[in-house]
Amino acid sequence: MDALNAVSNFISNVLPILRDLLAGLLNNFLPGWLTEIVMSIVSISVFLAFATIVVMSLTLVERRVIAFMQNRLGPNRVGPQGVLQPVADVIKLFAKEDIIPANADPWVYRLATTVMVIPALLIYAVIPWSQNMVIANLSIGILYFVAISSVSVVGLLMAGWGSNNKFALLGAMRAAAQVISYEIPLVFSIIGVAMLAGSLSTVDIVNAQRVLWFIVLQPVAFFVFFTAATAELNRTPFDLMEAESEIVAGYHVEYSGVRFALFFLAEYLNGFAVAALATTMFFGGWLSPVETIGNWFGWNLPPLLPPYAWFFLKTYLLFFILYWLRGTLPRVRIDQLMGLAWKVLLPLALANLALTSIGLYLYRVITT
Amino acid sequence: MQTDWGNWGYVALFLLIATGFAFIPLVLSPLIRPRNPNPVKQATYECGIETVGTSWIRYYAGFYVYALVFVVFDVETIFLYPWAVAFGLLNWFALIEMAIFIGILLVGLVYAWKKQALRWW
Repeated sequence: MDALNAVSNFISNVLPILRDLLAGLLNNFLPGWLTEIVMSIVSISVFLAFATIVVMSLTLVERRVIAFMQNRLGPNRVGPQGVLQPVADVIKLFAKEDIIPANADPWVYRLATTVMVIPALLIYAVIPWSQNMVIANLSIGILYFVAISSVSVVGLLMAGWGSNNKFALLGAMRAAAQVISYEIPLVFSIIGVAMLAGSLSTVDIVNAQRVLWFIVLQPVAFFVFFTAATAELNRTPFDLMEAESEIVAGYHVEYSGVRFALFFLAEYLNGFAVAALATTMFFGGWLSPVETIGNWFGWNLPPLLPPYAWFFLKTYLLFFILYWLRGTLPRVRIDQLMGLAWKVLLPLALANLALTSIGLYLYRVITT
Repeated sequence: MQTDWGNWGYVALFLLIATGFAFIPLVLSPLIRPRNPNPVKQATYECGIETVGTSWIRYYAGFYVYALVFVVFDVETIFLYPWAVAFGLLNWFALIEMAIFIGILLVGLVYAWKKQALRWW
């Protein structure tokens, strides 16, 4: 039994254990602070390589899943079941000519991609893959997420403006209006969770859900969060800024080759981050549902999967909802889009906030 | 209350590495991609015929109204976050206070709504 426990402990903490091993090795011939810095660089680089692979898998799964929903096969020729398709895509995009329109503002045009990608990566600093697998456990983690994710609007506007193309500028203006409108309900829906957890740290929020996931206590907040996040990500049914039938591809119509690939990377990184955040805030993050339900009845059930595996499973399932929406719903009109944010989601989020605060207060009065 | 400067150090390091990561493709790709620009290729894409004028023009004022309403509510959230975190330590007075605060902002929302600022023309 001890051997079994040791094995399961190793599996659920494999990355921290490897990290400690390497740190111990480095400590032999480096001063402590340097080891710390080298180790952080190593773990961040491992994470970045991993994030690229996740994004590649997301693009392939999206194309396959939507193809199946639409009664097609999707890409299935490159490698078994098309698993090498993303690799082929990346190589193709890398080898394409980078066309900069003669009328464009060259520096704004060039910098836009970078301004999009960096915040998309930075969000991941606060995502807790498991109890001790988080790059920076900030005490204001959720606020950090909100702040960093809104920087990408600047990238959108730079791309639209820098292209000097009417479609691109229209797309960028729409995107900016949409993203800032939906940011309000998004931010308000998070407050309910912050009140329940009494903390903004992502690790604390997951630990506060050991007994009950917040989806049970905050279903309205989850609905508002997920709808607003879908709009914030500019995904169907809210993808007005790249409506092919009206404005071709929106803000990235002039981009090609590697810059287009970077826009894509940023988009999917943002998408996965939002799904990961929803997992953290509403679905118990890395906590195993088997264990949680077992605890209600006083049974001592095993977690079945290591914590990070649960985290990925939940995140991919949430991301699947985005595919599902894309395969199902038509695009909304722009007046419906803006109306939904300000006249439906914002009042809903405010009502949820009021109910949560009153409910929490009454709960405290009753229990003390 | 413990400070987490160490964690912000990780974020700073992450920012540096992420910046490097964002530039790697831009540095590597020129080594393998072709480069032969010509005026037609570099023309602004529109619909097949040449574009008329620039696209840097005056813009629809509706976007500005939305931006204004956004600023009002976004600033409000800065006050709400610390309140939400500290809610467990506060008494009923904090609840009433926040109700008044949100009430005032709701009046603003209703005003904007009635003035048709939230309508897309």
